[in-house]
Amino acid sequence: MPAATSVKKPASIHKKNQKKSISYAKWGYLFIAPFFLAYALFSLYPLLSTFYNSLFENYMNGLSQVGPNFIGLENFKTVLTQGDLSKYFKNTVIIWLMGFIPQFALSLLLAAWFTDLRLRLKALGFFKTVIYLPNLIMATAFSMLFFALFSDAGPVNSILLNLGAAEPVRFLSNLWTTRGLIALMNFLMWFGNTAILLMAAIMGVDTSLYEAAEIDGATSTQSFWRITVPLIKPIFIYVFITSMIGGIQLFDVPQILTNGQGNPNRSSMTLVMYLNKHLFSENFGMAGAVSVLLFLITGVLSGIVFLSMREGTLGKGGGKR
Amino acid sequence: MRTLQKVISCGLALLITASVSACGGSKPAQPESQAAPDASAASSEAPAGAGSSEKVLRIYCWNTEFQDRFNAYFKDKLPADVSVDWVITPSDDNAYQNKLDTDLKNQASTADKIDIFLIEADYALKYVNSDYTLDVRGDIGLTDDDLKDQYKYTQEIATDGNGKLKAVTWQATPGLLAYRRSIAKDVLGTDDPVEVQKQVSDWDKFNAVAVKMHDKGYKMLSGYEDSYRTFSNNVSAPWVDETDTIRIDPNIMKWVEQTKEYTEKGYNNKTKLWAPEWNADQGPAGKVFSFFYSTWGINFTLLGNSLDKPLAEGGAKEVGNGIFGDYAVCEGPQNYYWGGTWICAAAGTDNVDIVRDLMKTLTCDPVTMKKITEDTEDYTNNQTAMNEIANSDYQSAFLGGQNHIALFAKAAPNIDMSKISPYDQGLNEAFYKSFDDFYDGSVTEEEALDNFYTASIEKYPNLKRPA
Repeated sequence: MPAATSVKKPASIHKKNQKKSISYAKWGYLFIAPFFLAYALFSLYPLLSTFYNSLFENYMNGLSQVGPNFIGLENFKTVLTQGDLSKYFKNTVIIWLMGFIPQFALSLLLAAWFTDLRLRLKALGFFKTVIYLPNLIMATAFSMLFFALFSDAGPVNSILLNLGAAEPVRFLSNLWTTRGLIALMNFLMWFGNTAILLMAAIMGVDTSLYEAAEIDGATSTQSFWRITVPLIKPIFIYVFITSMIGGIQLFDVPQILTNGQGNPNRSSMTLVMYLNKHLFSENFGMAGAVSVLLFLITGVLSGIVFLSMREGTLGKGGGKR
Repeated sequence: MRTLQKVISCGLALLITASVSACGGSKPAQPESQAAPDASAASSEAPAGAGSSEKVLRIYCWNTEFQDRFNAYFKDKLPADVSVDWVITPSDDNAYQNKLDTDLKNQASTADKIDIFLIEADYALKYVNSDYTLDVRGDIGLTDDDLKDQYKYTQEIATDGNGKLKAVTWQATPGLLAYRRSIAKDVLGTDDPVEVQKQVSDWDKFNAVAVKMHDKGYKMLSGYEDSYRTFSNNVSAPWVDETDTIRIDPNIMKWVEQTKEYTEKGYNNKTKLWAPEWNADQGPAGKVFSFFYSTWGINFTLLGNSLDKPLAEGGAKEVGNGIFGDYAVCEGPQNYYWGGTWICAAAGTDNVDIVRDLMKTLTCDPVTMKKITEDTEDYTNNQTAMNEIANSDYQSAFLGGQNHIALFAKAAPNIDMSKISPYDQGLNEAFYKSFDDFYDGSVTEEEALDNFYTASIEKYPNLKRPA
């Protein structure tokens, strides 16, 4: 009996407190719970098991399994000392930048034009759809198409020969043409997406600012650099981080274009292609180690970008206040 | 409350970063099938109508060659209630073996049991020495009398450490040099196989002919890998020694030397094996003199490529369609073999009787095998039948009336498969793909070797670089 009363007492106190300030928080938590459950099951658990697996020697030798034997950080040592990880990281970053820089510039230009009140472009919906279309093609199909177009005896080469080239350009046997093609494909696939993101950001800027600037005699270049760019900086961060993460995960386009080889001289082998090489031979320990390193790289890079750009905006905003 | 909010928001931030990276980790497992260029045609699984009452014969292979033989020479003998389920995966980048291995491991637990799978010489040992294949004599029930006419080497390669025969084949695959008659006449003044053979009977003579071809505007070979097999089949030791260390045979380095020279001097057309350009070089517009091909390559690949109007579009196998009839074969500078497909019965098959019938019909029956050779010009694994054709007045229309079976019959007994290893497929592919860059001039020989070791150990983690 006494136990029961002692339980009841705090409960009633609690009830009283709740009546004073009604909290709906528990419903909020309840509603977001499905996400966390799904997340824990499909993302967190695989993530942790990847960490765990990276500590084992575990691969197939022919039809017989070797391991799993616990070997501590041996896989990481092998990847870092023999795996040429830095080379593949460099390849990935170079290819990504080759695509991202022109992609960002063109997207910004298109976004500025499409939203410019003075230009009054017709058929905007049509243009927006058209620039987004390449993104709807599957990357693998797109890559196959380029593989056929730019092969040694492909249509591009026959055009070049007809135009008077002395001999066919061997696009896929040459370092910079191969990387260039991959970058070009990424550029074509993603500039529409970025343009639409930037357009949304620009349209979010208060139009009265532009009107005021116009009355004060600002040119459109001036209002672009002085009003638009500073105000949509947070979206720049978003575009930059998402594109960078996408870039680090670059896989399907170069995989198909180079037939999984990353030719020539493994110079178009990206980090995830390297990871796939280990997965393909069912070397789970090494693949786990590469995945973990990839996770760290992505995390650190995102952190750096986020912090550096956030500091900038906060500083300015604070200054104005 | 505030602390709780902070904890949750921090947790969320962490989770988002983690999820982004977890995607990176888990994604690549899927695109395996996309990795192969012709994944669209990859798996042709039968409609799921196969109920439990109906028997299904499930066959794993990597192209349609066996399917054609099966349909033409065995399908009629199938009991009416048996349907065939073909699972075809291209062999590029070990994709076929990976698919097969995964499904073999699930063999015990699945209802969709594999009955038959095909293997190639390059990795035959891997399956022959495993428990996934059945003993052809003990488990399937073929007798020594059934098997007596097969070439000995086709059985030796498929015999495991305990002397059990694990696979049989319907073909023997001695290699020859196929050349264009019209180009031979133009450059060498004759298209007679005996005369042409005299001019290419060793590598020095072969190189001399390459110079003549070049002077007249032809190419001796199409691509980098064309002569690879003639060197890699004549090595002095297997790819991998007993300490799991990769050994590159001096003879393979001779191939590197020759190919680099051919590339620099323009004796080849810089194509790659199985590439569209390589196929085109064998067709009507090709300017290439010769191709190293073994039995299946002549009737399956070369014939198909030589036609102007492909078979699939209703083209006929007759003179006038492309360069049909313009090829001939001779022994070439060195004895070699290339490929060969063996039929394995999968452990756990629920159709042993059909498998026995199939093996007996396609690999032991002289009548069927002679007919295969006569119909398709393939070289079958039956010494009696082949010698009969070799000594007859048999003529191949595709080879301009030549009896190439006689040449194959002479070359087949010389085949030596004692230097094969379970790693041949992966290592051969890694080797010639790594050296493509060397011929293209984008890497030095040392870098190409380094890339070869890297790629090999990625494929086979247990292998080691030589010290």
